[in-house]
Amino acid sequence: MTRVAVIQTGVANTASVIAALKRCGAAPALTRTPDTIADAEAVVLPGVGAFGAAMRTLEDSGLADPIRWRISEGLPTLCICLGMQVLFDASDEAPGLPGLGIAAGRFERFPDEAGSVPHLGWNDISPDEACRVLSAGAVYFANSYRLVEPPPGWSAAYCEYGGRFVAAVERQGVVACQFHPELSGTTGSRILTNWLAMIGAPAC
Amino acid sequence: MLTHRVIPCLDCRDGRVVKGVRFQNLRDSGDPAELASAYEQQGADELVLLDVSATPTGRSHQVDTVRRIRERLSIALTCGGGVRQESDAEALLEAGADKVGVNSAAVDSPELLSRLAARFGSQCVVIAIDAATRGTGDGWEVVVHSGKRRTGIDAMEWAAQAVGLGAGEILLTSWDRDGTRSGYDLELLRGIRERVRVPIIASGGADTAEHMADAIAAGADAVLAASIFHEHQATVDEVKRRLASLGVPTRTGAA
Repeated sequence: MTRVAVIQTGVANTASVIAALKRCGAAPALTRTPDTIADAEAVVLPGVGAFGAAMRTLEDSGLADPIRWRISEGLPTLCICLGMQVLFDASDEAPGLPGLGIAAGRFERFPDEAGSVPHLGWNDISPDEACRVLSAGAVYFANSYRLVEPPPGWSAAYCEYGGRFVAAVERQGVVACQFHPELSGTTGSRILTNWLAMIGAPAC
Repeated sequence: MLTHRVIPCLDCRDGRVVKGVRFQNLRDSGDPAELASAYEQQGADELVLLDVSATPTGRSHQVDTVRRIRERLSIALTCGGGVRQESDAEALLEAGADKVGVNSAAVDSPELLSRLAARFGSQCVVIAIDAATRGTGDGWEVVVHSGKRRTGIDAMEWAAQAVGLGAGEILLTSWDRDGTRSGYDLELLRGIRERVRVPIIASGGADTAEHMADAIAAGADAVLAASIFHEHQATVDEVKRRLASLGVPTRTGAA
């Protein structure tokens, strides 16, 4: 049973994340200790409110460095919604405030012609052929900002809303989803199960 | 493409699902956790759980109810009813909510919306607006405390203000239509749609898939219903198939 450290931000839907991981056979536990996050077999960074507040919390609590390290090493780490956005260089939600800068890219607000914003509800994603964890189907989104181009060196899944955007990226053990796998029914469970199955399996 | 959501609503009092007409004459409709699972299996896109208990003791069941629902539920859950401060929202999120609905407390102190949005993000904050036709027949006013108090506040103005303060979604209930099965208030929906860009969940008055298609044509992103599902008039799946035949795209192939 894979032990998964779920980062306790105090502002995310961690109960939903934990319930979903349990249903997929993992043993999740909440933590906010930097050493635990660095050493854990697997880590989840759940959606965490607004970009600026989330970045300040991660930096102030000493969590930014272990997250950066895990992702640069390709260690099993699942980042959800805003958890994905903070991995990148910046977001128009908090101009001038850098993200963790682990992956290249900037999040921009959906254009007016896209429709209602936030982009809220079920939309289809299409993973490229290199994806090992991400799987096609309808998943649940709640985002006002989007990434248009995937960062170099990552596989990606795409979605359409006022044009194509990046629904998720993956590289080695790291998966970063703009959508919420924990709220995405059977498609979400399949993605979580794929990620958990990859952990401990030899990388190919 | 982004599909339109069909959202069963669980109104809970003292830990049981209830449903009435215009928020009165509430009848028992079952156990919230069992109903939540059943609706997910039928293809519900998310659920709304509103606590309508009259007393703090009744409301104390809510966190436990949310926890029981979340153990099995793998779709989004919005919880409201009695959210008056940030700690109420935090308790619901910790128990298994994904979004928090605010109603009367935001009318009393609008800045609550800003505080919740700054902390949890706008996508987590749903402004629940109960709107009633004015006695003069001139527009709609906001009603609070389960419809017991008319505020005189214009529903359109309030929707725009609430979004400006940080609400990321509107749960718009027509008090006049609630539980009447006479269709959603389409004029109210059109009016709010002209004022805001955030998603709108239409609520109050649904009886058929045709009513839902009408609400979506009037500008709703999602449709909420209670009576037709609780009373087994139709399953969520049946409603979605009918919506598809009416040209409204919904998510199919659920569990």
